[in-house]
Amino acid sequence: MNLANTEPKPVISLQDVDKYFGEFQALKKINLTVAKGERIVICGPSGSGKSTLIRCINRLEEHNSGTIIVDGHELTDQVKDIDAVRREVGMVFQNFNLFPHLTIVENLMLAPRLVRKTAKDEARKHAMKLLERVRIPEQADKFPSQLSGGQQQRVAIARALCMNPAIMLFDEPTSALDPEMINEVLEVMTDLAKEGMTMICVTHEMGFARSVADTVVFMDAGEIVERNTPEEFFSNPQQQRTQNFLKQILSH
Amino acid sequence: MNFDFSLIISSIPLLLEGLGLTIQLWVISGVLGLLLAIGLMLMRISGKWFLYAPAMIYIYIFRGTPILVQLFIIYHGLPQVEFIRESFLWVVLREPFGCGILALTLNTGAYVSEILRGGVIGVPKGLGEAGAALGLSKVQRFIYITTPLAVRLAIPAYSNDVISLMKSTALVSTITLLDMMGIARVIVSETYAPYEIFISLMIIYLVITWATQKAFAVFERRMSRHIIQ
Repeated sequence: MNLANTEPKPVISLQDVDKYFGEFQALKKINLTVAKGERIVICGPSGSGKSTLIRCINRLEEHNSGTIIVDGHELTDQVKDIDAVRREVGMVFQNFNLFPHLTIVENLMLAPRLVRKTAKDEARKHAMKLLERVRIPEQADKFPSQLSGGQQQRVAIARALCMNPAIMLFDEPTSALDPEMINEVLEVMTDLAKEGMTMICVTHEMGFARSVADTVVFMDAGEIVERNTPEEFFSNPQQQRTQNFLKQILSH
Repeated sequence: MNFDFSLIISSIPLLLEGLGLTIQLWVISGVLGLLLAIGLMLMRISGKWFLYAPAMIYIYIFRGTPILVQLFIIYHGLPQVEFIRESFLWVVLREPFGCGILALTLNTGAYVSEILRGGVIGVPKGLGEAGAALGLSKVQRFIYITTPLAVRLAIPAYSNDVISLMKSTALVSTITLLDMMGIARVIVSETYAPYEIFISLMIIYLVITWATQKAFAVFERRMSRHIIQ
């Protein structure tokens, strides 16, 4: 059943990962492998640990036990490894988190200039190319507050791509958007998937999951309850909890 | 009561002879106090008890006691201590000017550190996370993301403290310095015209405050370019 096992070497692997917030156990013995180029959608009710899981992958949250290996680096307390991993992993947040005091193009240039020491002109050229890719080059010199939510989220995707990451994490990228803006963001994400990007998306966009994902993972109460191909996942869910969840989100 | 309007006008040039000293005290202790405040604020947010505990105690003491008392302890009290008289500190403390600068700096540093901390706390956590996810180091995130946004948030409260510091400089007249307040007191003792002289003094302070407010308004507008109404 696990598609990743057929691949030679996973780019992300989590083994028996536990995560606590005080007394509360947010992740329980999570095992997950992601192959290069694989697209995984994680869904589940709120509070199920989906966001915590992907935030552990770039160590915005520190796991308490188990091992996480990303692109050959094991995540430990060593700062050097964390920075190396973070350069390889792009992340898109629910609330965009664009830097409000920088223009759009400056948002994209900041990390390449500081982290990779890219020259200003080159960083700008690269940033403009990415803005074209997310279809908003004309907004380059505006501030984030002048853009719509959908535009801001596309900028956030471009900003994450600026570091040429091997892996992209999406943490509910469309949840804070007005309905009419969801598609423009999903289109950009679909483009990325077609280009072969390794992606992990926490999302409730089941249409996106169906058309783009290789694997759908269902989480509940800190556990991975079920994982399957989208076809099987939606048409033939194995677990009671999965069935209940699908009934609730697909009933309208 | 005889009220002499012409005295209000004619005393202004005399009072302005103390303006230089007032401005020196204000600017020097303002700059030093800001540096102290940045250090205290970094200690406060360090998350390490041996850094934040001393900073908190310091802030508690200097916010919790009158600046006039602090000034008197520095001016009258410290020179009694022998090792201070023999140390390099004596260079500063043997002059009332040095005592004034020290008291104002220590006091404003305590207040401003809390203002800066308020600004830093006000920056949304997600922005730091976005920086971290891009591979920026902790220091880079603090300099390029937190600081510019925290500065913007802190400006209104900080301008308040800068104006407050300017007025506090008048206290140094109690330790023999002839700032504008010191000169006013000398003139009053010679003319027996406290109303006119102190009204002139108020006018000068108000003009300085007005200019300061204007300057901060410009600064605030500049730092707010990204906030589109």
